[in-house]
Amino acid sequence: MTDATEEIPEVDYVEGTGVPIRGNDIDTDQIIPARFMKVVTFDGLGEFAFFDLRFDDDDNEKDHPLNEERFQDANVMVVNNNFGCGSSREHAPQALMRWGIDAIIGEGFAEIFAGNCLALGIPTLTADHETINELQQWVDDHPDGDIEVDVAAETVRFGGKDISVSVDDAQRKALVEGIWDTTALMKANRNAIEETARNLPYLDHTRSDVEADD
Amino acid sequence: MSENTLYDKVWDQHKVTTLPNGQDQLFVGLHLIHEVTSPQAFGMLQERGLEVARPDLTHATVDHIVPTANQDRPYSDDAAERMMAELEENVRDAGIQFSDPTTGDQGIVHVIGPEQGITQPGKTIVCGDSHTSTHGAFGALAFGIGTSQIRDVLATQTIAMEKQKVRKIEVTGELDEGVEAKDIILEIIRRLGTEGGVGYVYEYAGETIENLDMEGRMSICNMSIEGGARAGYVNPDETTYEWLEQTDYFQAHPEKFDELKPYWESIRSDEDAEYDDVVEIDAGELDPVVTWGTTPGQGIGIDDPIPAPEDLADDKVDTARRAQKHMRVEPGESMEGYDIDVAFLGSCTNARLPDLRRAARIVKGRQVDDSVRAFVVPGSQRVQHAAEEEGLKDIFEEAGFEWRNAGCSMCLGMNEDQLEGDEACASSSNRNFVGRQGSKDGRTVLMNPRMVAAAAINGKVSDVRDIKEVTLA
Repeated sequence: MTDATEEIPEVDYVEGTGVPIRGNDIDTDQIIPARFMKVVTFDGLGEFAFFDLRFDDDDNEKDHPLNEERFQDANVMVVNNNFGCGSSREHAPQALMRWGIDAIIGEGFAEIFAGNCLALGIPTLTADHETINELQQWVDDHPDGDIEVDVAAETVRFGGKDISVSVDDAQRKALVEGIWDTTALMKANRNAIEETARNLPYLDHTRSDVEADD
Repeated sequence: MSENTLYDKVWDQHKVTTLPNGQDQLFVGLHLIHEVTSPQAFGMLQERGLEVARPDLTHATVDHIVPTANQDRPYSDDAAERMMAELEENVRDAGIQFSDPTTGDQGIVHVIGPEQGITQPGKTIVCGDSHTSTHGAFGALAFGIGTSQIRDVLATQTIAMEKQKVRKIEVTGELDEGVEAKDIILEIIRRLGTEGGVGYVYEYAGETIENLDMEGRMSICNMSIEGGARAGYVNPDETTYEWLEQTDYFQAHPEKFDELKPYWESIRSDEDAEYDDVVEIDAGELDPVVTWGTTPGQGIGIDDPIPAPEDLADDKVDTARRAQKHMRVEPGESMEGYDIDVAFLGSCTNARLPDLRRAARIVKGRQVDDSVRAFVVPGSQRVQHAAEEEGLKDIFEEAGFEWRNAGCSMCLGMNEDQLEGDEACASSSNRNFVGRQGSKDGRTVLMNPRMVAAAAINGKVSDVRDIKEVTLA
């Protein structure tokens, strides 16, 4: 399999400045309203991130961290609980990534959202409510302050202190070792895939067009 | 860790290997695709010079953007037309079966899979849509995926996943008149929280679930994701088998039915299966549930007072305050009497034939309130035609409902069917998120289909038990 050698970057460390997005249960319809999903590519979704929270009916800016000049270069988003709940739309993390986000630290993430982030190489790290509040406050006070996210060590360094964060085991390994793009990884297991399929009672095993060895 | 549950058995049956990152690689028995989340995945495939591995295990439909009023091509919305054309090209190139509107089989992806009999017990089913959990009603292991994962499935017919915990939700008690499957799941989400299911798969069990028809079980599994659980399922039983036997697939292959039944029986959770958590719900105490807020977990019985935010758990206070401001409701009030402007009877949660029949029994011989625009969007063309055959269309139209073609419609406002301004909508759909129905100031009140019918008639959120049901001919 030649495509198995494709270069997938290791994401063991993210450094930059933060932006706090406060509130529990921020759903994917907030992150990217459905009307911006009438597209056949993800290009250009960045400008629509949190659109309805950022702009009023006349496209005037509303109060939102993503509108604030001081957060324009941020790449680490700090969120609260159940972030990204709702739909499976990858358009949500795609929009955040294209806005400039490289890592998200929060109290908790919806599962499909976290999986979609992983597929894009964006770590989702968790910490308790107090720690997140403290980090959000610090980011507010230090918009230019350096945040170092060590995915491998599960720590975040800011303002001269280290805090512990959690990263799901498989996510950490995938990011740190650069094996988060699973297409080639899985395709390489062709024989095992066929073996599994052969043992499934509901598949039609008489078909002749199953991938022949080539 | 759970043992000998349906989840464990179906997982093991489909496990290809453990990947270097620790995730398991699972074979996918059925991949459903639609126009919104798949085009980018086909694009990624093309970039990498890969082909669709198993077009025979992939099935497409169009639902999210399809207009429900005028479906003449080209669609009046250019963006929708472009998405449809892209899907047509992708399925044609790959040789994927497409239930498009000309086939009479088109509909919401979670309605057509079961209808055609391709949703079966013991299958792994994925789709780029979070409500894929619906198919769990048949004892399938079904979950929503993102577009990069769609690329994985198209390229390999497998998916990388981590095994989750299993929570058994045992529902007992006889449902009161006017109370339906929808009310059970809204209560489960209220009780366990919108994030309570993260890391879990939900097994719905107990006599109340066993007594539900397949459509009711689908409504419940459908909203698993609103409780944070990526998948939910019901063990297959005679109700499941009777339903399956009538589907296209098993009508065409009756021998398959007998052949597969032992497999379906074998994957049921064992009597002594071990669960990571067990929760009991007494559904006998339930009143029809309506939401007062902007998450599906913010539900209450129709007579109950809206809670004061400060009486809720700490992590819910802020969300509740924002929700009450948006919805313009006050703690202590009930939702009964909340004025509505729109009544939407549709979505993958509640737009199947029995849903429409129950609503029609409320509507028949009555008139939609002057202040309300009401419409029915059947879940599929088959539901639509069956409903037309048995006279439901006439009942709804005579009452002042608009009768539309099949699609997702106002559940998420990606086609022309949208709330305007701050309209309030009594909706049989699954999400009351701010902006969900197409207007960022729109207000959504989730409820069961009969309650939607009652709200349409009265122009306000009402207790359907106060309206006498009419027998249909």
